Amino acid sequence: MLSWQRTAFHFQPDKNWMNDPNGPVYYKEWYHFFYQYNPNDAVWGDIVWGHAVSRDMIHWLYLPIAMVPDQWYDANGVWTGSATILSDGQLVMLYTGSTNESVQVQNLAYPADPSDPLLLNWTKYDKNPVLSPPPGIHYRDFRDPTTAMLTSEGKWRISIGSKINKTGIALIYDTEDFKNFELKNGWLRAVQGTGMWECVDFYPVSSINDVGLDTSAYGDGVKHVVKVSLDDDRNDYYAIGSYDEKLASFLPDDVKNDVGIGLRYDYGNFYASKTFFDPSKQRRILWGWITEYDSECVDRTKSWASLQGIPRTVRLDRKTWSNLIQWPVEEVNSLRLRSSEFKDLKAKPGSVVPLQVETATQLDIVAEFEVDKEALETTLPESDTDYICESSGGASGRGALGPFGLLVLADAGLSEFTPLYFYVSKGLNGSLRTTFCSDQSRSSVATNVNKKVLGSVVPVFGGEKLSLRVLVDHSIVESFAQGGRTCVTSRVYPTRAIYGAAKLFVFNNATDATVTASIKVWQMNSAFIRPYHPETDT
Amino acid sequence: MTNLKTITMFLFLFLIAMTSLPSITHCRTLIIPNTEKLMESTCKKTPNYNVCLQSLKAYPGSSGTDVNGLAQIMVKVMRSKANDAINMIHELQRSRPSKALSSCASKYNAIVIGDIPEATEALAKGDPKFAENGANDAANEATFCESGFNGKSPLTQQNNAMHDVSAVTAAIVRLLL
Repeated sequence: MLSWQRTAFHFQPDKNWMNDPNGPVYYKEWYHFFYQYNPNDAVWGDIVWGHAVSRDMIHWLYLPIAMVPDQWYDANGVWTGSATILSDGQLVMLYTGSTNESVQVQNLAYPADPSDPLLLNWTKYDKNPVLSPPPGIHYRDFRDPTTAMLTSEGKWRISIGSKINKTGIALIYDTEDFKNFELKNGWLRAVQGTGMWECVDFYPVSSINDVGLDTSAYGDGVKHVVKVSLDDDRNDYYAIGSYDEKLASFLPDDVKNDVGIGLRYDYGNFYASKTFFDPSKQRRILWGWITEYDSECVDRTKSWASLQGIPRTVRLDRKTWSNLIQWPVEEVNSLRLRSSEFKDLKAKPGSVVPLQVETATQLDIVAEFEVDKEALETTLPESDTDYICESSGGASGRGALGPFGLLVLADAGLSEFTPLYFYVSKGLNGSLRTTFCSDQSRSSVATNVNKKVLGSVVPVFGGEKLSLRVLVDHSIVESFAQGGRTCVTSRVYPTRAIYGAAKLFVFNNATDATVTASIKVWQMNSAFIRPYHPETDT
Repeated sequence: MTNLKTITMFLFLFLIAMTSLPSITHCRTLIIPNTEKLMESTCKKTPNYNVCLQSLKAYPGSSGTDVNGLAQIMVKVMRSKANDAINMIHELQRSRPSKALSSCASKYNAIVIGDIPEATEALAKGDPKFAENGANDAANEATFCESGFNGKSPLTQQNNAMHDVSAVTAAIVRLLL
């Protein structure tokens, strides 16, 4: 049922519920991906570790379930964890178990056969748990251990999120053997009012080039990122700053944008995200869980729920210095089939222009927009109230210099469409402010779906054209504005704009400015995600 | 004389006995004062104080529990309201079947088979946000069921009860996050 909602090139199991990405790692020339999975239902519950492998992070092959709750220390859930590759190439996994009394503990597991590149079977350390909640930490606020980083003392250091009253914190532990841990004094970071810090991630980024760094990198030319998933608002936040190894503490560059109160990886549907270092291409890769934006009743009808986003590379934006840049892994380009190009398309104020692209449900779109210079200069400044996507009312609200952009998953009669748009506004001092939004409000005639308008302001330097990349895949739309400075993932559920009836348009709803668009659109192939076949899969 | 004295003493003792016994004749569940305070302060943080307090107090075994326990009680109340609605739907389907009614049947089925077990497991195993998801979803399903009748709903009482109890549950779960 509702089969038109299933995606063609995003990771999702055959059926049932999935949530957090777990233990992503590159091992013996396979990318491994594990995930929180309910083998029995399309809602959360009975959680086990699902498993899949790929040569390119796009063409995934399902493997058998890796770990189930078969011990007292994970009887109530084999929850989220991370992989660490030791100096000698050994792989260890730390994960949270919810014990038979629902206490959150950390457990050690490792491949039953390290020479098996598929890592089919896992052994749990017979003296688990290796970590129990320390004094002062509630037994249900202690989960999601990070990948370890090697300190200059030769110890492995991990972080685990928690909270004290409403202050979110990240605990730090050092270990030499992943069996005995020492709790360091103080927190890596603590921020009042943010609540429980789930899925803490803590990693270095280069400040001198765009290459990804091994998790243990430290010193000159290295900045650090602390990321958290906030239980309270189901969003992922990050802060860029400096990490002091001796003090085991992190200081954000901009305290106003501290962990949990500042920037988000994605201003739409994106949670429990986790990065890992890919040594084969020297890049840091980000996974994010994309939940459903429809009702659980429908999820059970269609027998599945949740996707993973297309993995993204993450690096420091060395133009702004204040945000990360995310971009779909280049391997996704291998799915591109036929392309259509539209150069210097002029969209007058109040226009909707169809783009002939055949089927419009599986697309990779790269677009550039230029606002008519004269309009930019002559438009009178508006008030200084910032344009906020969530309260804007969406693409139907007209301004002098916006909104303009694309209508994806639209039907010919425009009864259903999802605008992805820029809104440029001029402040009282004449400076321009650009916001990017993904508008779900008209995406479907169905009533039981999320209709929010999602998005955020985008940093734009003088002289830069407005750029947008979009991956469309049936019921997911991933937008990357300005080269990945601002990302928004949406889930939409059209009932008419499906299969061959789905169309693509350019639109300009500004009142004053003409917009010139140059757009290239590729049809995207399916990734044929399926079970692993020993005879044919290498 | 001895008889009168005996009777008087008996009466006197009887009176003392009656006034010093707890009021077990009122058939009211004994609630430990601390729990009552916790219920009151918790219910103040929900959208419907009265529904919250009545639901918690009416439930046997409400004594000596924490906020997580109160949330678990509310999930049981949710199940009971969902069953009320299902029973009413079945009755109505016998005399006045309709598309809207069938749609409601599947929505309430989803609540009982999906939302409630999800919320129960999440609270028992210690990841409350999935209980919030389940409770919010149940409230929405009740609203969608009601709106399917375009104003002439025979299930208004049941849908309102389901919605209100679910909204209270979601609010209590939020306190755990």
